[in-house]
Amino acid sequence: MTAVQQFNTTRRAFLGGAGGFVVAVTLPVRLRAQGGAPGDAPRPFDPNAFVHVGADDIVTVLVKHIEFGQGPWTGLATLVAEELDADWSKVRAEHAPSDPKLYGDPGFGVQITGGSASIRTSYDLMRKAGAAARGMLVAAAARAWNAPASDIRVENGMLIYGDKSASFGSFADAAAKEAAPQDPPLKAPADFRYIGNPDLPKLDTAAKSTGAAMFTLDVYRDGMLTAVVRHADKFGAKVAGFDADAARAVPGVVDVRQIGSGVAVFGRNTYAALQGRKVLKVTWDESRAETRSSEQIATDWLAASRERGAVAHAQGDVDAALAAAATTLDADYVFPFLAHAPMEPLDAVIAPAEGGGVEVWLGSQSVTIDHQTIADACGIGMDKVKLNIMLAGGSFGRRAQPVSDFAREAAEAFMAVGGDKPVKLMWTREDDIRGGFYRPLSGHRLRGGLDADGRIVAWEHVVVGQSFATDTPFESMLIQDGVDGGLVEGASEIPYAVPNINVSNHIMRGPVPVLWWRSVGHTHTGYVVETFIDELLEKAGKDAVEGRLALMSQKNPRLAGTLRKAAEMADWRAARPADRALGVASVQSFGSYVTQVAEVSMADGAPKVHKVWCAVDCGIAVNPDIIAAQMEGGIGYGLSAILFNELQLGQGGAIMQSNFHDYRSLKLHEMPEVDVAIIKSDAAPTGVGEPGLPPIGPAVANAVRKLTGEPVRRPPFVRSMTA
Amino acid sequence: MAISLKVNGETRSVDAAADTPLLWVLRDELRLTGSKFGCGIAQCGACTVHVDGQARRSCVTPVGSLEGREVTTIEGLKGDVADAVHAAWAKHDAPQCGYCQSGQVMTAVALLERTPKPAPADIDAAFAGNICRCATYVRIRKAVADASDTIGG
Ligand code: FES
Ligand code: FES
Repeated sequence: MTAVQQFNTTRRAFLGGAGGFVVAVTLPVRLRAQGGAPGDAPRPFDPNAFVHVGADDIVTVLVKHIEFGQGPWTGLATLVAEELDADWSKVRAEHAPSDPKLYGDPGFGVQITGGSASIRTSYDLMRKAGAAARGMLVAAAARAWNAPASDIRVENGMLIYGDKSASFGSFADAAAKEAAPQDPPLKAPADFRYIGNPDLPKLDTAAKSTGAAMFTLDVYRDGMLTAVVRHADKFGAKVAGFDADAARAVPGVVDVRQIGSGVAVFGRNTYAALQGRKVLKVTWDESRAETRSSEQIATDWLAASRERGAVAHAQGDVDAALAAAATTLDADYVFPFLAHAPMEPLDAVIAPAEGGGVEVWLGSQSVTIDHQTIADACGIGMDKVKLNIMLAGGSFGRRAQPVSDFAREAAEAFMAVGGDKPVKLMWTREDDIRGGFYRPLSGHRLRGGLDADGRIVAWEHVVVGQSFATDTPFESMLIQDGVDGGLVEGASEIPYAVPNINVSNHIMRGPVPVLWWRSVGHTHTGYVVETFIDELLEKAGKDAVEGRLALMSQKNPRLAGTLRKAAEMADWRAARPADRALGVASVQSFGSYVTQVAEVSMADGAPKVHKVWCAVDCGIAVNPDIIAAQMEGGIGYGLSAILFNELQLGQGGAIMQSNFHDYRSLKLHEMPEVDVAIIKSDAAPTGVGEPGLPPIGPAVANAVRKLTGEPVRRPPFVRSMTA
Repeated sequence: MAISLKVNGETRSVDAAADTPLLWVLRDELRLTGSKFGCGIAQCGACTVHVDGQARRSCVTPVGSLEGREVTTIEGLKGDVADAVHAAWAKHDAPQCGYCQSGQVMTAVALLERTPKPAPADIDAAFAGNICRCATYVRIRKAVADASDTIGG
């Protein structure tokens, strides 16, 4: 890539900038002050943009990634506290303000959270920040005590020299006057006391257990209106007209306005807005709407898969190898559209602020893009937008918006009702489930060949689906030579040594907006690769674990390490009750390596997952308990989808599902027991928010195939098995 | 219309139609924002409160039906069972995003108040109406068991 492009252009120009991707963003310096609300006590000591030490001894870590449960607040604070030798009970975390120069992702150039990158991109940076702060405190103490800096010890938030000691806070002011060391030395891993400590408490648990944690939905402003928007029932439909008389007659409804995405009803409170929307009449222009059913789309995608597409990876001669194979296996797979359904439905609060600006409260994941979009929609500069990044009730990819759909909607609603009063935009669960930006529906064609000795000699994989990069700022980065990395990741680089391989994709277009969904391409490619290899090994008469190891040990030793570990934990070869079977799957994603073994039985035609053994190698384990929690969460979230979820378009393209009664979520009694082992490693740390998910579906599918003799190639299971 | 209801031990008067779901009265009128909105149709449990000690979904409970009843929200939780549950939640670092957790805690406290020694099936049944999209279920189960041990001891 890439042209450097000024960010302060209109959204159109920004999105339309052919071939260019934003790698540098110029922002007015005064935005840097956004972290503290007006009236916050000035912070005396700011060695850099990532950590503050207050006179009250409180160490505040500014976290450049949004916290929605995956743990960056605790994770990044751990890195700072380690090098600072802070007292953990005095450590706090808050979101860094919007400033891509300080907080931008090194790859994307914008401030964003995604790709399980928070720890990976912060490990050195945040430790350096902590070490710099420590160096400044030590320098200040050395000056005051007239002592050599090298003789001053730092322990648990205290500076110590001989019989003198003082807390960080007592030197916070003085330290601010010291120069920040440019390249402070970092600890050797053997000296870590917070990094790798499984008992370090998370910073946000208490507030999240008592109802005190503030989410966007919890923001109230004087005179605030609540807006709910009537969206179309079909993707691509536009408002043709509306009759607001009945809605306006509902007590508490203040206004009804058309905006880009539909018709907004404004109420003095939530219930009024919801009641108003119920009786609002809207007619839709469906001339450009998606009118195919999801069934039809699946048929179309599979038809496209008959031909090889743009090649993502090729080696050897797969056609010749298939022709010469002693045994072949062909399989078609279809994966449905999936909604993310984060627990907090999407929302935003926007209020007029001093000097013609606005203040926004938003669970913002694509911070820079949201910021720019809101400024454009309000017709003001980014410097006039104060963006408060809120804790968010989950995301799973939904908030990582390349086009800022709901931030834009909030800003448009705010402007439509005058731009002079606070507005809270609230989506209901129905808006969320029916709101698009789904994990794309994909079709896959697999062909494998074995030679007479049962060796896998050919592997052809055609992936078909929409790209969520199409028409977004990420297009030129993510789609190259007709190959979408987000579609083929996990397929193009299989961990198995096979001599003849061809992996290709067809990028389809359609009106249904699609988006990355926790673990992105691996949600389907991991399933395909891991079930197909399992079938091929079975055909070759090989054990699923031994067979994998034989093909993987050289090519992907770290993944093989997790496979050995998980098989050992599960006691893979031990006999099970007759009605239970084990399935295994190993997937490398986002730089981390995970194997899961699932113990499954069938009950009423559906799989019951009793236990999952999970081994993960994510390099140095910064927060072992968060890693375990993310493995558990990835397993539960993945199981929900693979067992139950499918977002369907019916005849004529109408969206079929609407809420948790027909888009089911896993419940407590369906959650398996989970054992997690973390492989000891001194490799650089990698993320865990997504990598826990991809193996669970194929691990369960492989167990189910043992129990029923039937492969499941069209999840969800419950539909596939009852259809 | 003015409706009087007792929330967290205090009598409060609110101006709302009788069919207004309790959830919106708690949040919009009383600014008790610990109870969350997740589905609006009694499918997720994010809005769970106690009415006379029983777990109830406030999103489908008309405020007009609560005259003379005691409503407790997460903000008003207190007592040994609540303390034990909070301690267990902290020990297991149960929350991830945290958005469902008020509802999970309210469900746990209601269960343990009634059944201090729940069998696994009692826990399954009590939590059948609480969704956690982050799937913190492993920890919720352990925390409930731990809290039960503490209040028993
Ligand atoms: S919001 Fe009440 S049960 Fe979901
Ligand atoms: S902790 Fe996120 S939904 Fe439960």
